[in-house]
Amino acid sequence: MVMAKLGDSVRRVEDDRLITGRGRYVDDIKLNGMLYVSLVRSPHAHALIKNVDVSAAAALPGVETVFTGADLQEQLGSLPAGWTIKDMVAPPHPPMAFEKVRVVGDAVAAVVAIDPAIAADAAQLVDVTYEVLPAIVDAEKATKPGAPQLHEESSDNVAFNWEVHGGDYATAAKSAEVVVKQRIINQRLIPNSMETRGVVADYDPGNDHLTIYTSTQIPHLMRLLFSLITGHPEHKLRVVAPDVGGAFGCKLYLYAEEVICGIIAKNLGRPVKWTEGRQENYVATTHGRDHIADVEICGNKDGTITGLNAHIYANLGAYLSTFAPGIPTVLFGLMLSGQYKIPSISCKVTGVFTNTTPVDAYRGAGRPEATHLVERMVDMFAQEIGRDPLVVRRKNFLAPFKNGKEVATGVKYDSGNYQGALNRALEIFDVKAFREEQRAARKEGKLLGVGFSTYIEICGMAPSAVAGALGAGAGLWESSTVRVHPTGKVTVLTGTSPHGQGHETSFAQIVSAELGVPMEDVDVLHGDTDRQQFGTGTFGSRSLAVGGQALMMSLKKVKDKALKIAARELDADPKMVRFEDGVYSLEDIAEKQLPFASVALAAHSALNLPPRMEPGLEETSFFDPENFTWPFGAHICVVEIDEATGETKIAKYVAVDDIGNVINPMIVDGMVHGGIAQGIGQALQEGAVYSSDGQLLTGSMLDYAVPTAEDLPSFITDRTVTPTNVNDLGAKGAGEAGTIAASPAVINAVVDALKHLGVKHIDMPLRSEHVWRTINDAKVAQRANRSVSAVKGS
Amino acid sequence: MPTTITVTVNGTTRTNEVDERLLLVQYLREVQNLTGTHIGCDTSNCGACTVHLNGKAVKSCTVFAVQADGGTVKTVEGLASNGVMHPMQAAFKEKHGLQCGFCTPGMIMTSIELLERNPNPSEAEIRRGIRGNLCRCTGYHNIVEAVKFAAAGTGGKK
Ligand code: FES
Ligand code: FES
Repeated sequence: MVMAKLGDSVRRVEDDRLITGRGRYVDDIKLNGMLYVSLVRSPHAHALIKNVDVSAAAALPGVETVFTGADLQEQLGSLPAGWTIKDMVAPPHPPMAFEKVRVVGDAVAAVVAIDPAIAADAAQLVDVTYEVLPAIVDAEKATKPGAPQLHEESSDNVAFNWEVHGGDYATAAKSAEVVVKQRIINQRLIPNSMETRGVVADYDPGNDHLTIYTSTQIPHLMRLLFSLITGHPEHKLRVVAPDVGGAFGCKLYLYAEEVICGIIAKNLGRPVKWTEGRQENYVATTHGRDHIADVEICGNKDGTITGLNAHIYANLGAYLSTFAPGIPTVLFGLMLSGQYKIPSISCKVTGVFTNTTPVDAYRGAGRPEATHLVERMVDMFAQEIGRDPLVVRRKNFLAPFKNGKEVATGVKYDSGNYQGALNRALEIFDVKAFREEQRAARKEGKLLGVGFSTYIEICGMAPSAVAGALGAGAGLWESSTVRVHPTGKVTVLTGTSPHGQGHETSFAQIVSAELGVPMEDVDVLHGDTDRQQFGTGTFGSRSLAVGGQALMMSLKKVKDKALKIAARELDADPKMVRFEDGVYSLEDIAEKQLPFASVALAAHSALNLPPRMEPGLEETSFFDPENFTWPFGAHICVVEIDEATGETKIAKYVAVDDIGNVINPMIVDGMVHGGIAQGIGQALQEGAVYSSDGQLLTGSMLDYAVPTAEDLPSFITDRTVTPTNVNDLGAKGAGEAGTIAASPAVINAVVDALKHLGVKHIDMPLRSEHVWRTINDAKVAQRANRSVSAVKGS
Repeated sequence: MPTTITVTVNGTTRTNEVDERLLLVQYLREVQNLTGTHIGCDTSNCGACTVHLNGKAVKSCTVFAVQADGGTVKTVEGLASNGVMHPMQAAFKEKHGLQCGFCTPGMIMTSIELLERNPNPSEAEIRRGIRGNLCRCTGYHNIVEAVKFAAAGTGGKK
């Protein structure tokens, strides 16, 4: 029996099934009479579809039928962008292409067969005639005259221009003593959740019920969007997210395959399954990042930063994915003040279509790009004026605050103590000792460097009205139901939809702590639209800050009602009744006690309820926060570079995060580790590469470098605690912090290791050759400089 | 061409007719209904499909089912005995060595074999030993801790 408290590292409830092979992921589901779908995908990045000949495929024994994009055109509708920017161009996005393909991987036909291998064989036999068109993959070049045009609706491939201006950057730059400019590339990443996507669709024609099992983060939103575009009534649509094998943002949308499988199941009246292959995943599931940023920072020689200006080309891929327009704008541009007091900030974002896989949220989603940019520029500014980057950071930090602080981008942080987190990190990591080590190492030809990243993040999506004003198509509140059964067991229904975050544990922990029932008596159910009330899902590190608060609200209602029932049972004034550790008692009469389970029974037996009280003990709450939450922290990375080969290793990594109050430290540490690994992955080795004609060259796990255990160190993690007042838990959100902080910490460390050679910036990823060239170029430049000054001197 | 194979999986011997091109992982998942073994890639990189074949950890997506004919396979479902978890499973739970759980069965099978070969591995040896298994959630930190913990429990040092 585990009686949990908030703040305990309770071992996870989920684990028992997951470590014994009894998890249930989409691909584990088998339904009677199920058929298998294989999709024929375009091998070209840009082409007109001239003809689709399915005859050979349809003739293969075991093939039930083959659908082309044209066959299903009417029924499939168009995938929507759920986030709107002013004057945005949102061209149609047919789930199956019927006229034109715009990216390698666009589906053009669907084969349905009795066996997945037969379906795959038949897909090879579908003969598509294409007229290949020139393609464009670079977001900046795509906007230039003469570039291939993807959509009729946009002559320059621009989907939107978005801006934010606070203060007056032009004036700040004019009066500044120093202006530093840099182009920074934030490369495209492939999310690589270890489970790819998959869909099982099951139609019951008798009552028009369609059930879709899908590997998603947003069952309710997915149901809503599916219903809106296909016309299938929402109340007769059930979406189930069973165990989901990781997502990191890439399962946050309505996807083509969900619609295709749902519609095929309806047409055939038989269940169908589609399981995404990994190479298919690389082209068919969204990518992340892909910014070209031209940045300026300005300030004075005493270290004061007075302005920041950025123009971004944000590559959106071939179509607008569900949240895509919100990521490089709101979640990026509004974050550019970081932890600093920067009086003037200007940012323009040009969102561009290219013949590449759509780009949308990937862990951190906008904030890693913003943090990378800000933290890099702060370091470059410090280097330019010859000051310690820590001194410059401290000089510009916002002073600690508890009740909100507005920054130049117009957003209001909730609470912060940036000095505190950095101080803690510097207690763990001795910079002075490191500097000595660094000097000594350099004499022996070993390059060491330390990098700092003091980051801010926006979580707790979202105050619905604010999100709506910023472009969200729907409110982003969260819901919960607490159902107390007559025996005192508790079922929690949450609108969040975990995929590794451990809500079954942390939410049960909250219930256990609040109601005094053992963990074993609490069951947290999620991810089934027939079972849970509408909820928004799990993304943006929101689940505890928003969903946890919705749970707290339901618990409070349950407790209020239960107390009244207990008072009646105890024949006492409710004011005199105490509730502690799951037991109701009276202050003065020790022998009069009532366990929570007895009150639950009394609520249901309804034999002795207070007048006019409804029987039962079940409460539902919807929580719409007043503000986002704003976690922060200070990360320190030490790198070791082999000068001869450019090979770069992480020697040490210290993370101090402030995510407010923590419910389960073990789970939080785990999320921080995983987040750091993804940030380091981006910094060191990951990157999607396209050929100029739109072929994804890093198209399989052989070519795309997902970090292995050998690529990463163990991490040192710690926390400071600055609670938020946006929710009663004081929790801010932890899922993305590591990823947001890590990449600039690594790059800043590498530049620190190389700055004696005159290196000021290096772009990710830090593949050995790239680092070696940077070192070599710097040395050549140094030598050239020396000979120039020698000539001048002579 | 269908071929008849006899394989002992988790102690039970079964004879089935399978397609020659059927992979061992598909045989386990589709024919034997043992869905604890996962498929995470199509290039033998991820290790999600790792099982023990004749006592050795193999990526079951790189083996045809027919190659397992006459052999013995152990999957994650066969680790616990009498409802008691294998020490490696218990270690993964204790040290929070999993989040979404998708890589976990393969990771556990690899880690068990690692300790069989080297009961007392250093951190570097653990990291080398599991580098063929990808995990996107944990950053490996707690997986390494779990393997250390299991090693300590089974006679190895910390
Ligand atoms: S499925 Fe990835 S290695 Fe076997
Ligand atoms: S726990 Fe999710 S991939 Fe390892």
